[in-house]
Amino acid sequence: MKRAGLAALFFAALFVGWELLYRSGFWSPVLLPSPLVVGRYLWEATVDGSLLSATLVTVKRLFLGYVFGLLLGLPLGLLTARFRVLADTLGLLALGLQALPSVCWVPLALLWFGQTEAAMFFVVVMGTLWSVIIATDNGVRNVPPIYARAARTMGSSGLHTWLWVIFPAALPFIVAGMKQGWAFAWRSLMAAEIYVTILSGFGLGHLLHYGRELNAMEQVIGIMLVLLLIGLLADKIFFSPWERFLHRRWGTAK
Amino acid sequence: MSLADEVSVEAPAAKLSISGVSKRFVSGQRSVHALDDVSLDVGEGEFVCLVGPSGCGKSTLLNLVAGLDLADSGQISADGIPINAPGRDRMVMFQEAALFPWLDVLGNVMFGLRRKPGLTDAERREVAEFYLRLVGLEKFHHAFVHELSGGMKQRVALARALAPNPRVLLMDEPFGALDALTREQLYGDIQRIWQQRKKTIVFVTHNVREAACLGDRVVLFSPHPGRIREQFKIDLPRPRDINSVELARHATAITAALKNHVRPEAEVAE
Repeated sequence: MKRAGLAALFFAALFVGWELLYRSGFWSPVLLPSPLVVGRYLWEATVDGSLLSATLVTVKRLFLGYVFGLLLGLPLGLLTARFRVLADTLGLLALGLQALPSVCWVPLALLWFGQTEAAMFFVVVMGTLWSVIIATDNGVRNVPPIYARAARTMGSSGLHTWLWVIFPAALPFIVAGMKQGWAFAWRSLMAAEIYVTILSGFGLGHLLHYGRELNAMEQVIGIMLVLLLIGLLADKIFFSPWERFLHRRWGTAK
Repeated sequence: MSLADEVSVEAPAAKLSISGVSKRFVSGQRSVHALDDVSLDVGEGEFVCLVGPSGCGKSTLLNLVAGLDLADSGQISADGIPINAPGRDRMVMFQEAALFPWLDVLGNVMFGLRRKPGLTDAERREVAEFYLRLVGLEKFHHAFVHELSGGMKQRVALARALAPNPRVLLMDEPFGALDALTREQLYGDIQRIWQQRKKTIVFVTHNVREAACLGDRVVLFSPHPGRIREQFKIDLPRPRDINSVELARHATAITAALKNHVRPEAEVAE
């Protein structure tokens, strides 16, 4: 509670500082609108539904692509760790593509899929997939061999060992990889949305883009605040519980 | 199956027979002759300690008996049945406790039991609780591994190894990383549990005193290549105190023999 209070105080101070900066008149209000103006934009966009529908469009794209990337990446990472032939082929490919900024997939996706949901889906999956494969592979390779040996003496073998020993033992790495995959997916989706208009739905990236086109700084900043909030919520809702679990079990928390 | 059956001591203790076993490890250019023509019989309910300097193959032999590795030549059998894979009749305790950090204490003890057919989950739980009581950790069912001290970790590992009711316990320097006081407590516990549960135990250590304290028999290994040099029968009454004078006398004799066997090798190496 004390920590939440401190955080609230900190952000309140930020807004006050921002308002003071605005009132000083040092910058044109076109470049630096008051937080109150930004708040009014957010309120109006919420009331007319445009903000909510854009958020839903964006979050849905992100979620679908991310979950698909995970479902594909986790088993593939386990396989590259298990079979050398896959490590030398798919593993190498994943390593290379992981280093590729995922926004680089956008031109290709547009040419392949046109201005469609499929293009967005593809970009998000590409952002997620490779880092999840690499993290899972790396996590498995870091599992102390003694775990699998101990499990063997207790009658575990084959798939059972992979599911109930190797996979949970690799979890700290895998969760770190999931987090990185999420970050990549989120960045590439935003880049794609700002970059192109997708006819089947206007996401937050589009609102950000139009804010620029219309020179509506309160919209640009307002949308950025929403993006920031989504990132924060995703972390708190999806990743924090996992990380708390891992810290408690592995004893890595301070 | 009831709890009484599952924790019964009637499972006959196995007799281990090792004959003419050799094992080499090759990595790149280097080849280590870990075991050379080793033969050893372990009687039912016997407590045998394998001692020797590092590299003498004592842990290798334990892994072969566990079925975790395979011998290059020779035969190892339990009750006349050749060993070629791990089995629930032979459970292993490692030097590092090798407990699973994603499971709590009870979960760790249950791991092996879950793989054992013919039990309901409630029975498995009862069995696990029985063994946690036996090692004195009944209050720590839901503790996480990192919350335990080194000695407690090894107690959990012991409960985990005992839980599937194996006939043979294979212990690979299980107390090596513990402080002296904790070790002494565990010497008492392991002797008590061995007598209560009537297991056959093969115990690897480089601590001669520990071997003399625990073993009915101490088997002395020498390295390069790993061979059995000498065997000592320890017929002191139990429970034994590691600090007793009688025990020290045995340990001194074994240490002398150990130096005797290792020195000539060292000179050759120089």
